[in-house]
Amino acid sequence: MKIVVLVKQVPDSGVERTLRVDDNTVDRGSAGNVINEMDEYAIEEALRLREAHGGEVTLLTMGPEKAAESIRKALSMGPDGAVHVLDDALPGSCAPATSKVLAAALTTLEPDLVLCGSESTDGRVQVIPHMLAERLGIAALTGARKLTVDADAVTIERQTEEGYEVIRAATPAIVSVWDTINEPRYPSFKGIKAAKKKPVRTLSLADLGIAADEVGTAGATSEVVSHSRRPPRSGGAKITDEGDGGVRLVEFLATEKFV
Amino acid sequence: MDFTFDEEQREFRAVLRSFVDREIVPVAREWEQEGRYPTQIVAGLKRLGLFGITVPEEYGGLDLGPVPFALVFEELARGWMGIAGILGSHSLSCRMIAQHGTAEQKQRYLPALATGERRTGIGLTEPDAGTDLQGIRTTARRDGDHYIVTGTKMWITNARHADPLPCLVKTDPHATPAHRGMSVLLVDAGTPGFTVTKDIPKLGYKGTESCEVVLDDARVPVENLLGGAEGRGMQQVLSALEWGRVNIAARSVGIAQRAYDEALAYSRQRMAFNRPISDFQAVQLKLASVATTLQAARLMAYWAADAVARGRADAETGMAKIFCSEVALEAAIEAMKVHGGYGYSTEYEVERLYRDAILMSIGEGTNDVLRTVVAKSLVRGQARVG
Repeated sequence: MKIVVLVKQVPDSGVERTLRVDDNTVDRGSAGNVINEMDEYAIEEALRLREAHGGEVTLLTMGPEKAAESIRKALSMGPDGAVHVLDDALPGSCAPATSKVLAAALTTLEPDLVLCGSESTDGRVQVIPHMLAERLGIAALTGARKLTVDADAVTIERQTEEGYEVIRAATPAIVSVWDTINEPRYPSFKGIKAAKKKPVRTLSLADLGIAADEVGTAGATSEVVSHSRRPPRSGGAKITDEGDGGVRLVEFLATEKFV
Repeated sequence: MDFTFDEEQREFRAVLRSFVDREIVPVAREWEQEGRYPTQIVAGLKRLGLFGITVPEEYGGLDLGPVPFALVFEELARGWMGIAGILGSHSLSCRMIAQHGTAEQKQRYLPALATGERRTGIGLTEPDAGTDLQGIRTTARRDGDHYIVTGTKMWITNARHADPLPCLVKTDPHATPAHRGMSVLLVDAGTPGFTVTKDIPKLGYKGTESCEVVLDDARVPVENLLGGAEGRGMQQVLSALEWGRVNIAARSVGIAQRAYDEALAYSRQRMAFNRPISDFQAVQLKLASVATTLQAARLMAYWAADAVARGRADAETGMAKIFCSEVALEAAIEAMKVHGGYGYSTEYEVERLYRDAILMSIGEGTNDVLRTVVAKSLVRGQARVG
């Protein structure tokens, strides 16, 4: 089975992140850059499928030169190789443009299954799997908390607020996963050493037959026009117990829909 | 002058830090107090491939140099020094087998040792011989295609899990000098006459067992003589000791780092007179002193590791082991003072750091005997300072 995992390098969500002042795009220079956390679960699931069914796992990343660090870190978990779409015209690409590029790259890779995280911690638009499915003419099974593959089909348990739904589709298909699906492995030391020797193929827009003005800020279908800092937290509600503290606490929790 | 780790070393460290913070730090205090064996942590060490750090790649190991080797022990000891103990003597033993074993011995043991499927330790110390290894009393008498081994080994880390346990013995008790009659025998678990007789109760260094082992007419096949020739045991064992000192120096740095981290965090959150105690100079002086000596110890440990990578480094590793172990103890004591009464409580981490730090100046050659090693090296002109 040929599995491709979409991997995105994002600013570390553990430290303060900002947008750039000049064009309101994500500032990738200010915070440390890491693998999008949810993607690690997708990689782990792909590795488990490979262990169970054989085949190969390829990572696909679209991102700046720096994303190569995250690709190598992700490779140290065990995938076989990676494809890095790298082009000066790409920064500032909107979701439709990103999906156009990834779909073109996926067409060259011919996977049986595409896995990705349910969202990235920077953009959080959650639309890429659907857009890719539309462009490639395959099914999108999103929000998986469990995934099984047999003969020519993939089945997931789709996590919902109330419980889960079982969804099944023919392969090839794209599946996005939540962090409830597994516990990603630590890269082994051997994996770290081996990652350096694994093939990472770089593709440009020209390789994919996409013009520069179809992507990036030039080809963006949407634009962030302004941004401002989140206001500092207010002090919150203080309840002084005057014999009715418990009741008032419960009322507060109920009003805020905590209970 | 380059004080930075290379990219691979930084990646190793990042994985180790994440592993230690998530799998060891949250459980260390409770498991240590319960006297629980850290089975799950050992399983994690296996998955990371850490049992193979000193095994050559051709046998499935990682063949790490002394610098990344030190990194492993610094990070593990930051979480729980006892865990570093589980890997420490295993790694030294693997290295000794890899360096001195026959082709058949390496093939027989190293692949399974690299994965942690088999584990090992080293049997050197005896009830009446530690520093003076030539004074050991365990003997091995040849009987056909076996050695008949008799003696007692003490303070044997991993004894209940080791298979094989390499033991230093006298194959010729009358040889002069004595080391010419000393050999290492790879004693397989389950060898008739080989018994782990007790776990030695101890102040710290918990999580891993330290045992008394009795060899009572134990029958060890001749093919288990390390390297296949008698009389080389002392040299084989000594070759492991430089790495051993780097190991202890690095563990000491890990303990000191944790003591500093705990002291700094506590001083920021503990309030007195309406201010965090980190505002007070008396506390600041302690934090600054610990940070300074800790950083000096770290530089010295990695300097010594680097020296081992370049060649013979008796003096450098001795100096690093002495200095780092003393810094670890001082850091633990200062961290306890910063914690005030809570530092003395078993509900906080620092009392364990204190109990574990003390061993660092005793194990792997006491600091006093190492001072004589360093001095000899200086006086003979083998090592220079300045």
